[in-house]
Amino acid sequence: MINKGSKILLEVKNLRAEVAGVEILKGVNLTVCAGEVHAIMGINGSGKSTFSKVLAGHPDYAVTGGTATFEGKDLFALAPEARARAGLFLAFQYPVEIPGVSNSALLRLAYNTLQTERGLEELDPLEFEDLVQEKIKVVEMDPSFLSRSVNEGFSGGEKKRNEILQMAVLAPRLAILDETDSGLDIDALRIVAKGVNSLLSPGNAVVMVTHYQRLLNYIVPDYVHVMDGGRIVRTGGKELALELEARGYDWLRVAA
Amino acid sequence: MTQASTTMSKEQCFEQLLLGKSVKSEGWLEQIREDALEHAQAMNFPSARHDDWRFTDLSSLFLHDFHPIITFARLTRAEIEKFVIPGAIRLVFADGCYSAELSDLTQAGSGVTVASLAERLGDQKVAANFGRHAPYRQDSFVALNTNFFEDGAWIHVTEEVTAPVHLLHVATKREAPSAIYPRCLVVMESTGRATVVEDYVGLDDGIYLSNAVTEVVLKEHAQLQHVRVQREAKNAFHIGHCSVESGRNSDYSATSIALGARVSRHTLHVTQQGEGAEIHLNGLALIAGRQIADTHTLINHGTPRGKSVQLHKCIADGSAHAIFSGKIIVNEGAVGTDSTQSSRNLLLSDKARIDTQPQLEIFNDDVSCKHGATVGQIDADALFFLRSRGLTEERARNLLTHAFAAEIIARILVPSLVESLSKTILERMGGER
Repeated sequence: MINKGSKILLEVKNLRAEVAGVEILKGVNLTVCAGEVHAIMGINGSGKSTFSKVLAGHPDYAVTGGTATFEGKDLFALAPEARARAGLFLAFQYPVEIPGVSNSALLRLAYNTLQTERGLEELDPLEFEDLVQEKIKVVEMDPSFLSRSVNEGFSGGEKKRNEILQMAVLAPRLAILDETDSGLDIDALRIVAKGVNSLLSPGNAVVMVTHYQRLLNYIVPDYVHVMDGGRIVRTGGKELALELEARGYDWLRVAA
Repeated sequence: MTQASTTMSKEQCFEQLLLGKSVKSEGWLEQIREDALEHAQAMNFPSARHDDWRFTDLSSLFLHDFHPIITFARLTRAEIEKFVIPGAIRLVFADGCYSAELSDLTQAGSGVTVASLAERLGDQKVAANFGRHAPYRQDSFVALNTNFFEDGAWIHVTEEVTAPVHLLHVATKREAPSAIYPRCLVVMESTGRATVVEDYVGLDDGIYLSNAVTEVVLKEHAQLQHVRVQREAKNAFHIGHCSVESGRNSDYSATSIALGARVSRHTLHVTQQGEGAEIHLNGLALIAGRQIADTHTLINHGTPRGKSVQLHKCIADGSAHAIFSGKIIVNEGAVGTDSTQSSRNLLLSDKARIDTQPQLEIFNDDVSCKHGATVGQIDADALFFLRSRGLTEERARNLLTHAFAAEIIARILVPSLVESLSKTILERMGGER
């Protein structure tokens, strides 16, 4: 929801970035305030996934120009873990399998790392169990998934729900969902959306990177941005997504 | 710490070991000791040109003048406390000498004999098996052990034994470099089932050579979980040899963990002597700094329908060097053999090195044998994922490394040992980079 005067969480100015020497982002500008839901849409190769990875600090991507401030901090001066501790969360497009590390152990380790950062007490395994049992209901996940290795043998939908579970436990200030809807059937999509909606509050914000309008039926954006050729070429309200659905992307493309 | 003498040569080092304290025994054992000494005198340390030793740099071993232990140390309970496995049948050896007061045989029921070898030389089973399996006529380290060992463990299992048998070999604090000779003989009778943990630990950073020999015999249908933990002191040298003979339909499962020592070598020879025997070998070497850890295994399928499954992992950080050589021989008569071997390796630094050598020698057509080896680094995507959840890079690397090791550690069916090893591994990583 847009609230006049709510504080700026993320401010990206003229961001340029490259991977393996190829420039992908060519001057991205974006401002996200507390309480808002943003959608970034675009065709494959438009740079939208690169944008989310650059914000989270993926080491394969090099920032070559521009700035990003997150709650007043220079985001690019922070290591990925420091960004997470500052309250930034990336839900991965392709969640990683980690054999030998249980889901519950990872969640507790990550949660307690953030608690320490916030100057709060760590939770012992029993206390944490109570917390995670609450959160797991949000994503309608079977508790047996907690004792399994992270994402190992999970279906595509289960992996995405697991990302949302991590988000629910870590309660970030800004969540970036990188194509969280891709590969989901309608039930999984509904569950993921329910999870995201339940976490929305006036103090935090969500940026959804998506190819399709479908997710936006469930998580209603305040702003829709269209990315093309490494820039945001159009910004509108939720009706822009519907227009894209009807007309495609070609009419907006800069360098077709 | 004692300074290494710069004047020692490989030959002098070996000569010095041959001057060890002579241990006298009665009758049959004295003959074996003399035979072993004669063979040792005709040998030297293995040559770097020897195919089984060409990757293993023993030169740092040769720098030292290892003295025999004349007066054995008395350990206190406090010194071994952190190694104690609750509920286990425990034998403790201080520098190769049996410590009755720290051993605990209260859990040993009717189906098992656990005792000092030196005290049971009159047992016909001991005489019939000792020195019959480990190749002291061919291997100079085995020969030295067979001549100079002070005492050892005798384990005779006739029923199912639920309490694990813990053999705690402690190297104590010494002023000068010392040579110690742990020894173990295990005979599993046809209805025997047991878990035996050989545990090699060092109490301080002193230089010593632990030269260990174990012989294991499984009669038909016997089952043994054989755990071996090498966590010697960081300046120690550990050379271990284990020979196993597995009878018809027996099940031998070994899990060997190498964490300690400056230079370590573990040689494991398993001979499938009876039809339908199963052999499971799990191994893990996790080393850093300038450590060298070498594991050489040989599975010799000699009779039909044997099964062997092997998984060995090496993790090398710093400028450490891990070596794995795993040979599987399927003889002409061993029809219907089913064998799988996998060597998986993790390099944690640019200076670390891992050599892996899976070898299959098959002399009949009716077999199923698979083997494979991989060497990789920490997965960059997994590392970024964990960092994006707030873990420091170091913490994330340690977690991933531990997870890689955990697959082997988890195969040890002694929960308190799994826990203590996991803790050791998590503490050790990030230390010596």
